[in-house]
Amino acid sequence: MNNVLKTGALAAVAAMLMSTSAFAVTLQMHNGGDPGSLDPHKVSGDWENRVVGDYIEGLVTEDANADAIPGQAESWEISEDGLVYTFKLRDGIQWTDGTPVTAGDFVFAFQRLMNPATASEYAYLQYPIKNAQAINAGEITDFNELGVKALDDKTVEITLEAPTPYFLQALTHYTAYPVPKHKVEELGDAWTSVENIVANGPYKIVEWLPGSYVRSEKNPDYYDAENVQIDEVYYHVLEDQAAALNRYRAGEFDILTDFPADQYQWIEQNLPGQAHVDPFLGIYYYVLNQEKEPLNDIRIREALSISVLRDVIGPDILGTGELPAYGWVPPGTANYEGEQYLPEWSTTSYEERVERAKALMTEAGYTPENPLTLQLRYNTNDNHQRIAVALAAMWEPIGVRIELFNAETAVHYDALRAGDFQIGRAGWLLDYSDAANTLDLLKTGTSQVGGTVNWGNNYGRYSNEEFDSLLNQAATEQDLTARAGLLHQAEEIAMNDFAAIPIYWYVSKNVVSPKITGFVDNAKDIHRTRWLTKSE
Amino acid sequence: MLGYALRRVLSAIPIALIAVTICFFILRVAPGGPFDGERALPPTVLANLRAHYNLDQPLIIQYFIYVGRLLQGDLGPSMVIDGFNVSQLIAIGFPFTLTMAMTAFVIATAIGILAGIVAAVNQNKWPDYVLVLTVMVGVIIPNFLMAALLQLWFGVYLRWLPAGGWVNGSWVHLVLPVTVLAWPHAARISRLMRGSMIEVLGTNYVRTARSKGLGQRLVLARHAIKPALLPVVSYLGPGLSYLLTGSLAVEQIFGLPGIGKYFITAALNRDYGIVLGTTILYMFIILALNLIVDLVYAWLDPKVRYR
Repeated sequence: MNNVLKTGALAAVAAMLMSTSAFAVTLQMHNGGDPGSLDPHKVSGDWENRVVGDYIEGLVTEDANADAIPGQAESWEISEDGLVYTFKLRDGIQWTDGTPVTAGDFVFAFQRLMNPATASEYAYLQYPIKNAQAINAGEITDFNELGVKALDDKTVEITLEAPTPYFLQALTHYTAYPVPKHKVEELGDAWTSVENIVANGPYKIVEWLPGSYVRSEKNPDYYDAENVQIDEVYYHVLEDQAAALNRYRAGEFDILTDFPADQYQWIEQNLPGQAHVDPFLGIYYYVLNQEKEPLNDIRIREALSISVLRDVIGPDILGTGELPAYGWVPPGTANYEGEQYLPEWSTTSYEERVERAKALMTEAGYTPENPLTLQLRYNTNDNHQRIAVALAAMWEPIGVRIELFNAETAVHYDALRAGDFQIGRAGWLLDYSDAANTLDLLKTGTSQVGGTVNWGNNYGRYSNEEFDSLLNQAATEQDLTARAGLLHQAEEIAMNDFAAIPIYWYVSKNVVSPKITGFVDNAKDIHRTRWLTKSE
Repeated sequence: MLGYALRRVLSAIPIALIAVTICFFILRVAPGGPFDGERALPPTVLANLRAHYNLDQPLIIQYFIYVGRLLQGDLGPSMVIDGFNVSQLIAIGFPFTLTMAMTAFVIATAIGILAGIVAAVNQNKWPDYVLVLTVMVGVIIPNFLMAALLQLWFGVYLRWLPAGGWVNGSWVHLVLPVTVLAWPHAARISRLMRGSMIEVLGTNYVRTARSKGLGQRLVLARHAIKPALLPVVSYLGPGLSYLLTGSLAVEQIFGLPGIGKYFITAALNRDYGIVLGTTILYMFIILALNLIVDLVYAWLDPKVRYR
């Protein structure tokens, strides 16, 4: 009898063990492109962020709603002048090889980020840190001058150039992640190859098959591991959206991070409740080359902007309900209290707007019989083409004839940067939730050695002294409400100058299986795996 | 024959060098560079990146650096995929592409030749019509559409096969991609085979063979098939290189780890290292295939002799 009980108990235990391993929870996530790298100092895309942000964690991290919460730092203090941030690290945090995560790892990481030799594309996001820009430009060669210090193993002190109200937001970005000092010193750039890589986040990378997937497993040493339900994550490489939807329907993906816009209606009808289309911090716009005739004429810029019927673009042309954009700062952007900017003309009827546009064009010397010919450049893509064709049709009645010109992405942006265009398509996704991040797109370029001007992302070369001075004031204004006021004024000035043509606010497009819970829609479209759970 | 083969192999070296040179400079003439993305990089960062990849050197110096490395077997770094160098990417992706292409090649060639023979022997009867129809489907439907249709049918509706992805060693994941790749290839071969077989069956020596009283099978096996294969063989070389390079759509739609996609995407991204690396690889494959086809030709056709 005893034996029978023992055997039975053993069998039960064995069955339990087997069942836990059999039910190891695997998340199959569609992730678009292949990562360009796993090194937080070298990546630049949202698809890379999904992988990297699951395996490394910064001082602060994102909660399910993508708001900043304590990460490797359990707490922090900000000095009264807003210049010095002191972070206290958690106890017991370690890399997956058992080495403790120390303040030194953070100091090393920020120095490496700013080191010109690292050639980090997004280093500029941490330029608020003292001396960061000068080090990155090679003007200061002693990296210890950087405003990031280890007071002891558990304390990181960051000093800023000027008070920066969005700095905690900026710290959630992967450019602020630590890297394992001991590994990078030993192996150099090879530290991110799968056999060498170590993690301090909720997951660790175990496999990368370029063109197919990256696979991560749960990190049992992560401080919050007990609350992480998913054991394994596949980040699938698949850029073909229609194929991705097929694989989702075949049950091979749990989350789709993009889908063909023309399938939205179908998904809504056949997979009700699974599509998540939400405002996303980003703006789709046309730049107008204001350095040259004829778009240096504000009347023509105004006529072009007010005669765009934005309401039809989201629902009818794209099919995913993107909201029309009349201003420059996306709705929902943080640190931007106050009414969303809406120009007066946007409230008048479309017929009135077209009449006004016609009058402006006639004043400038153009009519439908004697139209102004403009070239519109866009990078090759179905949606860009649809919008370009629609806008060309909207502009025809006011006396503008559009020549469409499309080129692949590298060529397109090369031309925009060189100022070799009249009207050009562009888009901007915010690096972090702050109004200055989009308004900077319209700032006057900075002079470079040799007399050239670096216009950065201000392709249209819009320049207004008042606008610039408001942005500069805002950069050092500590009072968030006052700062928001300055930025609002700047936005209004640029929009009254018709500095560019805002068209729509981006939306994020996810499809999430009913098996997944914890997927919280948010304007940053960041959904860390640790907050998700999956049921069979 | 051996001397001929050796001469052909040696002549590949100058051809390779010329191809690399042309490719290197054409790539640089194209507007845009590897770091022209949606966002402008600060000039200092751009300068750092360019220095990192030697792009700040005069073009001619860059060329010699590249060729110097190449002679040591180093294909250099990828500028867009940072975690791997070009040789590693090829080492991971090429065996996969090769497996997929060879599987498709063998299946398609076997099916194509057999179908061609059957159709030729049954000219203008039902097996011929069925074949013509199947061939039409394979040739008319572009591979990305075929891939999507098969994915929907077998992956979504029937759920017999995975709709995509790759699990190491799992042949079921290869069924749909190989079908998509092999179908048009088999179609072309069967058409070639059918045409040339019909021609051979009408020749005097086949009539002579029949008049000697040989049965259909012996006529086909001994006299007709070998000469009828000639046009097929001359297609096989370009056909295989087409399978190797034409896997882009298949790899992208099914999410497979091959290198076909680098051929296109790297060129669009101006990832100079990968474009040159894959071009060199394919160049050697095509040179080798052409040589093999020429040698097989000599074996099949008594009139062809190489010295």
